[in-house]
Amino acid sequence: MEGTKVILLVEDNPDDEALTLRALNKNNIKNDVVVARDGAEALEYLFGTGKYAGRDTALLPQVVLLDLKLPKIEGLEVLRRVRADERTKLLPVVILTSSNEDQDRITGYGLGANSYVRKPVDFSQFLEAARQLGLYWLVLNEGPPVRRS
Amino acid sequence: MLVSGAALLIACAAFVAYDLVSFRESMAHNLAIEAQIVGSNSVSALLFNDPRSAENTLSALQAAPNIISAAIYTPDGATFAAYSRNAGAKTAKNLPSIPPRQEDTYWFKSGRLELAHPIVFRGKRTGTVYILSDLREMTQRLKRYAGIAAIVLLASLLAALLVASIFQRAVAEPIVRLAETARIVSRDKNYALRGTPTGNRDEPDILIGAFNEMLEQIQERDGALRKAHDELEQRVHERTAQLAATNKELEAFSYSVSHDLRAPLRSIDGFSLALLEDYGDRLAAEGKDHLQRIRAATQRMGMLIDDLLNLSRMTRAEIRKEAVNLSALAQSVVAGLREAQPNRQIEFRIEDRLEASADPRLVQVVLENLLGNAFKFTSKCTSACVEFGKLRNNGSSAYFVRDNGAGFDSAYATRLFGAFQRLHTASEFPGTGIGLATVQRIVHRHGGEIWAEGAVEKGATFYFTL
Repeated sequence: MEGTKVILLVEDNPDDEALTLRALNKNNIKNDVVVARDGAEALEYLFGTGKYAGRDTALLPQVVLLDLKLPKIEGLEVLRRVRADERTKLLPVVILTSSNEDQDRITGYGLGANSYVRKPVDFSQFLEAARQLGLYWLVLNEGPPVRRS
Repeated sequence: MLVSGAALLIACAAFVAYDLVSFRESMAHNLAIEAQIVGSNSVSALLFNDPRSAENTLSALQAAPNIISAAIYTPDGATFAAYSRNAGAKTAKNLPSIPPRQEDTYWFKSGRLELAHPIVFRGKRTGTVYILSDLREMTQRLKRYAGIAAIVLLASLLAALLVASIFQRAVAEPIVRLAETARIVSRDKNYALRGTPTGNRDEPDILIGAFNEMLEQIQERDGALRKAHDELEQRVHERTAQLAATNKELEAFSYSVSHDLRAPLRSIDGFSLALLEDYGDRLAAEGKDHLQRIRAATQRMGMLIDDLLNLSRMTRAEIRKEAVNLSALAQSVVAGLREAQPNRQIEFRIEDRLEASADPRLVQVVLENLLGNAFKFTSKCTSACVEFGKLRNNGSSAYFVRDNGAGFDSAYATRLFGAFQRLHTASEFPGTGIGLATVQRIVHRHGGEIWAEGAVEKGATFYFTL
């Protein structure tokens, strides 16, 4: 079932994590959310290493919500590695970040981000953004075919 | 060489000619003396009609080998006695007729000198001596002269050649080499080159010395110039590097502000809203109002941060000028404003065909701010009107955005453009006070000016040049 696929939220700020989860919840997005608190953890989850050793990597998240400023491995580097790997190169990745610096957007899209969403200060706006994100990536968007190895 | 040779030749010829003329004269003179001697010695022979004695006298002429023949005539022109170098030869019939003159007469005829000398005794002409002489002596002399002249000429030419070659080696060659050195120096800008001194302490050597001294000075100056240039370049490099580093720091700072300063605001706003949503029913109206104020302040802070970042971005942004249709740009900005507040009753007058050379992205920010301000500050007018046009005055021109809105006290006209400077409260007209500072920065970065005119409740006009 498509609905059972998880959302991978890569976010180091616990407040932002709580608010994002709340926004998803408020918008009735019921998918399980896996939270990675730094770039390294996100890669471990996706490639089934470290803490997530043994995880079936064929089960890819429906979408990755990726912050850019992250401890250990930066968001853009995570994106680069995801795109470089055969298993995850088609994985939908939405950059979800505070910054609207041109250089971040250029680099983000350049590395193959599917979308770039700026987290607004106004939480009402963020709720709307989360609703649209959920609608698009979890309902409307047809993901790439599941790879079976 | 040729000239000196010719001169020498002419001099030789003149000398020889002169010498020949004077030699001819002296020959004739000698011949005249001989004739006189013969004449004097023959007087008695003539008087006593003794031709044998006269012939004797004539034969004394044997001593002069150049005399071919000689004769003594009687006054009536008959031959009295004759002499011939080739003894036995008849000379009489070869004798010319002698003009009866009282003085010596000589003439040159077909390579010979002939002379007639009258013999006078006691004032009476008693006969004539005639001598015929060849010019052997003169020919020999001529030959000798020719030989000497040839030798002198040859020797002079050789000497001239020698002198010329010495001159060539001593003067011409060093100068040619010097000219070549000068050419290389000027072509390669290599001021380390030097002319080679001849070591002779002659004029070329002095010239080369002076040239080298000049090169030395040029080299010194060139070195100083290059050093100054290098230092300047180095300084420019350093400054550029410093500037780049500062810019990078500023960028890093902005990046950090952009990311980190907004995160807490999101938490404050987010959890305030969560509180209102989840626990709103348990809060008194005052408590809800407090939370609303927290949220409003947070959002305002967010706007401030965004505007500040924008201002900083305008300072850093690289300007790429191109032809911009300002009229079209203003129309699109106005369309955006109308869309945001479709209920506003407002008239926009935008002059057609306004063109400028500017960075289209930055000039859009200018128009967004100025037209946005005009739109905002006319919100309380009953018949709002905003104008965008170009003012032409005495060859200079400025664009302007004019409104009939709230206006401002002209005493504060210059303070308008400072960051965070506001002449109205946020409750009257919302805003962060950064818009006009950003506009001013963009205009200045285009090399333009911006100024404002206005009066309270009489509208405002913002002028700018690009």
